[in-house]
Amino acid sequence: MNDIWAGIEAAFRLIITLDSDLVEITLRSLQVSLSALVIASLIALPFGTWLAIRRFRYRRLTIATLNALMGLPPVVVGLIVYLLLSRSGPFGVLGLLFTPTAMIIAQVIIITPLIASITHQAMRELWAEYHDLLISLNTSKSQRILTLIRDGRRTLLTAALAGFGRAIGEVGAIMIVGGNIDHATRVLTTAIALETGKGDFALALGLGFVLIALALLVNFAIHALSRTEREGRW
Amino acid sequence: MTRFLGAILMLIGVQVHAETMRMAVTTSFHNSGLSDVLLPAIEADTGLEVQLLVVGTGQAIRLGEAGDVDAILVHSKSAEEAFVKGGYGTHRREIMYNDFVLIGPSTDAAKVQEATDAATALRLIHDTQSPFVSRGDDSGTHKKELSLWALTSLDPAQFGDWYNAVGAGMGASLNTAAGLNAYIMADRASWLNFGNKQDLRLLFAGDPVLFNQYAYIPVNPERHAHVNAQATAQLEDWLTSPAASALINGYTIAGEALFTFNATP
Amino acid sequence: MSVTLENVAVKRRGKAILGPVKMALSADGFTIVLGPNGAGKTTLLKVLHGVERLSSGRVTWSVPDEDAREAQAYVFQKPIMLRRSVRQNLAFPLQLLKTPKAEIDTRVTDWSRRIGLEEALDRPATRISGGEQQKLALARALIRDPQVLFLDEPCANLDGRSMREIEELLMASSASGTRIIMTTHDLGQARRLASDVVFLLNGQLCEQADASTFFAAPQSDEARAFLKGDIIE
Repeated sequence: MNDIWAGIEAAFRLIITLDSDLVEITLRSLQVSLSALVIASLIALPFGTWLAIRRFRYRRLTIATLNALMGLPPVVVGLIVYLLLSRSGPFGVLGLLFTPTAMIIAQVIIITPLIASITHQAMRELWAEYHDLLISLNTSKSQRILTLIRDGRRTLLTAALAGFGRAIGEVGAIMIVGGNIDHATRVLTTAIALETGKGDFALALGLGFVLIALALLVNFAIHALSRTEREGRW
Repeated sequence: MTRFLGAILMLIGVQVHAETMRMAVTTSFHNSGLSDVLLPAIEADTGLEVQLLVVGTGQAIRLGEAGDVDAILVHSKSAEEAFVKGGYGTHRREIMYNDFVLIGPSTDAAKVQEATDAATALRLIHDTQSPFVSRGDDSGTHKKELSLWALTSLDPAQFGDWYNAVGAGMGASLNTAAGLNAYIMADRASWLNFGNKQDLRLLFAGDPVLFNQYAYIPVNPERHAHVNAQATAQLEDWLTSPAASALINGYTIAGEALFTFNATP
Repeated sequence: MSVTLENVAVKRRGKAILGPVKMALSADGFTIVLGPNGAGKTTLLKVLHGVERLSSGRVTWSVPDEDAREAQAYVFQKPIMLRRSVRQNLAFPLQLLKTPKAEIDTRVTDWSRRIGLEEALDRPATRISGGEQQKLALARALIRDPQVLFLDEPCANLDGRSMREIEELLMASSASGTRIIMTTHDLGQARRLASDVVFLLNGQLCEQADASTFFAAPQSDEARAFLKGDIIE
């Protein structure tokens, strides 16, 4: 219990004094995970929707693969991205390893299947509901996808937030591809791993509470910004 | 929503730095806190921003081989020599040393405190089957521990349940030892900086075989053309300078000096 | 526009659902498709609308297929409401056609008045009553001024008042020249609305006639039994 109290104290101390290191790594955590979220959503939302409305030969296989990829161990993703981006790897010339960009790439790979899979589940139901109407109105493929995304935006938001939650709390992959370099690629989760390694549980836990608070804050902010709560219970 | 996206895109700004280089260092070096003293001094004296990748010696050497860092600072002589011999590094420059210590429960069931040398101390732990935590991660510290077992002619592969190879960094291994109230070998710096000591005490130190030499190796630019050779040379000059000597020898935790500067000009 | 069906058949998993059917429908009028459950009424409607895969045969409109689809609208038995406001539901078919915004607004206002929902324009369409939803679905079908309107049991499960309002809308629409093809269970409704009748039984076209002829003197035994209220199979 003492460690937990010390952690809460540490968290308050860090936040109240606006500790400059804390502000820096918090902003970097946000930068990396929100960028990954935007990119992953741009891929996964249309793809998941397309999967829901499109019948093709390997559809079941694609969906099964997607669901399996959802459980990808981040540390394996990190290792693969590391090998690809390493100076000795195929994309070494880009010099991306140990940069926030590399961390964004790894997180996009981790959360895209998750967002696409939840999107597919949600969109399949909505498509069943809208199918006859949209077919009757002679809509094009892209009109169907856009209509479903627009009217299913609340569930899509949930999908995106699940992706964000996984991204911001992820440590295995970004530790490998980011390297946890102070003032360059250190984020909240890798800092927590570092402080735990030093045996400074109070600081580690303090950072953990900041991480939790941040995740809650982003959730509320996105809900408020998209004003979904005010448009009625859909 | 557009404004929100704009805010995110602003966050994705590219950070611009002055001259930077990347160096892979061992966990034990970083956890000692010495890097927090040295890095600002290096930046002030040379304008060089050194980005540290804190990893085990094994991974540090892999990063150097792949050309993902510009230099490495590690402590495992045989691995370092193989690295230079393989053409991955230009040369090996000794900078400083610290020492390893044996940590264990305050009750000291194995009576390690009464041992005369490190090999005897380990043999006592073995004979009493006292719980022992090994890094088990192929790091410099792990290799050192194995070389000490070799001195006792005992084979860790044959050890029973009391020998726990955790496959983790120094801090995580110390956490495990604290939890198990077990013996462990650690570098002095990590031990002094460790915040979760619980019932553990420093029980044995001082045998010369426990000295731990750190060496600096720049990655070979002939193999990896993108390596910042100018920066690695600049850093080497600084690390072997009197300024570095004063900072390294003067660094203390709880009144104890941790490192001894021994670079030859 | 008129349409002809030549030997049209729809089979699903080896089971014949419709046909083979051979029939023609003229370019105007109010056709009621009658028949017991499972006679193939809905399938016939979907075949005409071009959204059902044919196992054999051909449907030929007097205009090219693309133009025919563009000029049709379909109202389902259970209204499909977009999860949007009443206003956005009305505007949706026009937005798909990229109609100018000003015209969309005018037409939406006009139709919301005709169906008595002008006060409810900004309410979620999923939360108005069943009768209001069906009126909204009808207005949404008519807002594009279709030449042909299909309705599949539009008044099933509706109260008398809603049914009356919908029939009034349909008669007005028919009077202004919309070709209407509608299925119903309700013989009373069929008598009130039909100009001609298509009577289906077991996927086959059993009888096709003017409404007055059909109701006064049906030719087939089955139609006679059906009009009498007997169970036929």
